[in-house]
Amino acid sequence: MNLKNLLLQKRSSIIKKWCDIVLRTYPEESQNFLKKQKDRFANPVGQTISEGIASVYDELLQGAEPDNISLFLDNIIRVRAVQEFSPSQAIGFMFGLKEVIREEVGDEALQGELRKEWAALESRIDGLALLCFDIYTECRQKLFDIRVNEVRTQASRLLKMAGLVYEIPETGGDLKEGKVNNG
Amino acid sequence: MADTPKPEELLKIDHSPPTLGLEKGWMRTLPVEIKPGMHCFACEAKNLNVVGMPNPRQWSASDEDWKVPNNWKEIILEGFKDRLDRFRSFKLFMDICVRCGACADKCHYFIGSADPKNMPVLRAELLRSVYRKNFTTAGKILGPLAGARDLTYDVLKEWWYYLYQCSECRRCSVFCPYGIDTAEITIIGRELTNLLGLNIDWIAAPVANCYRTGNHLGIMPHAYKEMMDFFVDEIEDITGVRVEPSFNRKGAEILFITPSGDVFADPGTYTCMGYLTLFHELGLDITWSTYASEGGNFGLFTSHEMMKRLNAKMYAEAKRLGVKWILGGECGHMWRVINQYMDTMNGPADFLEEPVSPITGTKFENAKSTKMVHITEFTADLIKHGKLKLDPSRNDHLKVTFHDSCNPARAMGLLEEPRYIIKNVCNHFYEMPPNTIREQTFCCGGGSGLNAGEDMELRMRGGLPRANAVKYVHEKYGVNMLANVCAIDRAVLPALMQYWVPEVDVTGVHELVANAMVLEGEKERTTNFRGEPLAGMEDTEDV
Repeated sequence: MNLKNLLLQKRSSIIKKWCDIVLRTYPEESQNFLKKQKDRFANPVGQTISEGIASVYDELLQGAEPDNISLFLDNIIRVRAVQEFSPSQAIGFMFGLKEVIREEVGDEALQGELRKEWAALESRIDGLALLCFDIYTECRQKLFDIRVNEVRTQASRLLKMAGLVYEIPETGGDLKEGKVNNG
Repeated sequence: MADTPKPEELLKIDHSPPTLGLEKGWMRTLPVEIKPGMHCFACEAKNLNVVGMPNPRQWSASDEDWKVPNNWKEIILEGFKDRLDRFRSFKLFMDICVRCGACADKCHYFIGSADPKNMPVLRAELLRSVYRKNFTTAGKILGPLAGARDLTYDVLKEWWYYLYQCSECRRCSVFCPYGIDTAEITIIGRELTNLLGLNIDWIAAPVANCYRTGNHLGIMPHAYKEMMDFFVDEIEDITGVRVEPSFNRKGAEILFITPSGDVFADPGTYTCMGYLTLFHELGLDITWSTYASEGGNFGLFTSHEMMKRLNAKMYAEAKRLGVKWILGGECGHMWRVINQYMDTMNGPADFLEEPVSPITGTKFENAKSTKMVHITEFTADLIKHGKLKLDPSRNDHLKVTFHDSCNPARAMGLLEEPRYIIKNVCNHFYEMPPNTIREQTFCCGGGSGLNAGEDMELRMRGGLPRANAVKYVHEKYGVNMLANVCAIDRAVLPALMQYWVPEVDVTGVHELVANAMVLEGEKERTTNFRGEPLAGMEDTEDV
């Protein structure tokens, strides 16, 4: 049996454990809610995480279509990027997968033929962790862009109205080509 | 019969004695860390001075020392007692909660953050614990065992941090079997912080400006008028029709009051152009006021007294101008103030008449006492009577969903009118899931004065449940426009959408109305009010 089949066989327990690792990063009093409320509109955080984790795992085993996996990771990280986490806490869950896999299939996978596949898988997971870092940074950057844009939009009309700025019209400006008098 | 525990389970039983409340659980989590991104900036002294609020000074939430007066504890406890005596509801809300947990997972800030202190029950418990310690016999004697704790400096900071992480949206109260209105607990809690000068500037500045100049931004009357002149030109460019609004006109039949955000902040400005177009087309005898130039009332987020003072300005202006009744624009909390508090604060407005639509003759009996009608009630009635010529196909490039603003939905039951209007002016309308709309609507994440820029993380967390539902209808139906009837929504939701669902834009309902209205004497319309080409007009010159 190859490693992929082994991991497929253990899919549900690996996903459950990995998901638990992510949810344990939240305050104890809230974990029950995040785990048990299955309505995706009543519990967007819990559901985004559990759906996202399962999808990332499946994509990883299927050979990882980069766009898909990036989308699933984005769903999870976009939430965690605005929550009570340091950057490493926000994306550290990716390494949790290594732990879980080691725990679940380590005995078999670390022996013989499967060791090579194991090493390849771990480096793929490392690659995904780097991708998580990119996504996290994008989310934070977006947050700051939004702040700046908001200030800009709030003030722009007032500035115009107060006559403090003059916007060049797109057509029909004062100066026509060739008529500039350079003195 | 209960299962008999196995030996290994017996081994796991913890034989250490149970700890008192203080050693375990939420009370142990002090001091609270005041995190940037999660709170608004402290109020400026000048903004408290101008309205005579106590203890004005420069202070900062990120400093260790908040420079509260030495007798702060005494001030708070006296203020607490005073309010327990004055407000029966507050006393009840302190006493009757059985901590059933029905509200716990209903707050958008809790749902988005998973911070247990954002559970409404726990946020209220921050105050209740102090209440028990100081005002109940059991709490005085048993202390933490009875859920009581001392009011310390750390507790005060914790209050402040979490009271300004509640948008007073009242979603939790919909689920409380006792009908406890946690928003009212926040309201009183904020009143108490205000006794020490601990407001946020995003509330204190609008209050000061509204009190002094008439609107949140402090826009002077001539600037207000100039902005409207600008809209008049824009409307003429787009429709070929020149509208002629009047200002401060004595003897007009109707006074129109809307949030100043509609006049000065996009995309509310397009909604404002919608109002102007509608009034012109109907030939209403209506006037705008450059003094009562604010529908919003940030006094609601400060204290009862401040809410009353700011609300009184609207009615004083109605009296001064001698109008018959007031028409109110698309605003959120203004309607909570009007519908729930105005009548006992400044009402009944006997000097005004029961509102009657001059176009349809409909009597707005619901506004019999306040004399103030919501513009979507007014417009829905016009459409029902066939008084507007509409071409909804002009909005065909839009797939619209409707976000119920917390206050119109939960504080005045305005659920059908906006939907009725949207369905008549747009061909593509899709509802978000039932547990995210109507009475169960989710807050935009920035209500009750929390729509500042510096608390963007808080806004993104709090707005997540709303954005999540928008994302769903975007993915399922291709929804690209989020309509609402609140100026704060129009200010807050664009940022929220940019982060969570960037394909969706935000609009007021009357922008959609004006785009669909076929006006008397209009030119061929090639663009909407935003200057974007209408469906089928993409290649037209002049776009």
